[in-house]
Amino acid sequence: MAAKELPLSKDFFKGFWKENPVTVQLLGLCPTLAVTNTAINGFAMGMATTFVVVSASTLVSIIKRLVPRQVRIATYIVIIASFVTMADLFLAAQFPAISKALGPYVPLIVVNCLILGRSEAYASKHPVHRAFLDALGMGLGFTWVLVLLGIIREVLGFGSIFSLKMFGDWFTPWIVMILPPGAFFTLGIIVGVINYITGKEGSETTCH
Amino acid sequence: MNNKILKMVIVLTVTGIFSGGILATVYRVAEPRIEENRLKELKEAIFIVLPDTVDYKEIERNGTVLYMGLDKEGNTTGYAFVSEGPGFQGKIRMMVGLNKDLKHLTGMKVLEQVETPGLGNRIAEEDFQNQFKGLQFEPEIEYVKNKKPEKPNEIQAITGATISSRAVARAITKDVKRVVKILKEEGSGS
Repeated sequence: MAAKELPLSKDFFKGFWKENPVTVQLLGLCPTLAVTNTAINGFAMGMATTFVVVSASTLVSIIKRLVPRQVRIATYIVIIASFVTMADLFLAAQFPAISKALGPYVPLIVVNCLILGRSEAYASKHPVHRAFLDALGMGLGFTWVLVLLGIIREVLGFGSIFSLKMFGDWFTPWIVMILPPGAFFTLGIIVGVINYITGKEGSETTCH
Repeated sequence: MNNKILKMVIVLTVTGIFSGGILATVYRVAEPRIEENRLKELKEAIFIVLPDTVDYKEIERNGTVLYMGLDKEGNTTGYAFVSEGPGFQGKIRMMVGLNKDLKHLTGMKVLEQVETPGLGNRIAEEDFQNQFKGLQFEPEIEYVKNKKPEKPNEIQAITGATISSRAVARAITKDVKRVVKILKEEGSGS
């Protein structure tokens, strides 16, 4: 149990860079690619996902001793789906505009493997406070990458940032950046750059 | 062995009951607010699609609900109605304004859609919706790609979302004709 000796801050910060869910683990790519055409959409999706992953991991860690191994995945999915539905209803009630912009991608957080991955790989084996920090770090790590992707694509594709116009009329938006290919280009370049930077350390991937 | 199975059944049942209960509670709290948002949006949409309107009257003809817009003096400004049609991924619902001579549209606002984010969902953006101001719908609403519309019954389709743009044009064409027919029959009848 080497993990037990790690300082708590490591549980929290590993999600930001070293084990970032998007750039290193390459998990949860469906929402990453689909909704990041503007910075605000990326941010909203990141926050909704953070809420779900933190709630689900915490709860899974609390009940981990009660759940038989054979039915653990089924139990986790029911828990995750409940939190996702809560997030979806909350967004529709409080932020109808964001809820509309994200459309069907909020319910789809259920199948984001980042969330099940954290519950299964981490929360079900670690104490509650560590599970909470791990999930929070992963959620925020997910969020910053989505916001970065959103900013790059919005600037190039719409010529704006957080819906504020950046350029004059001379700027021709690169339509391709807000279309699906733009998501692949941008993510590919980001992952490439990050791998180049961390390449010598040799990143340890924890794929499930 | 039996004990194990029993434990599994109990854990899953309890989890199911708990989430069901919690979700039912959250839903009961959230639903009135969601409904309120929807209604508020519907009302606001009427004033957006009918310019110079300060009040409206709801009228129903053969199951079709129309909103008759009224200006400050109580004159009719036009008619608004909800138009609906299948989009790329699901239903698109829009509020559409019709001028009082029943000749052209005065505006369009998307109420509900689940089109692709970044592509089809741009039908809900102002640039697209503004194209419906003053748009003629005879013989039908047409769309052009990647160039400015030339005819009075043309709109410019959204790049990468021709299907969503066409869905909007078709749904409105179909519903506006029905509404015009209803209103004309009423006019000649009285």
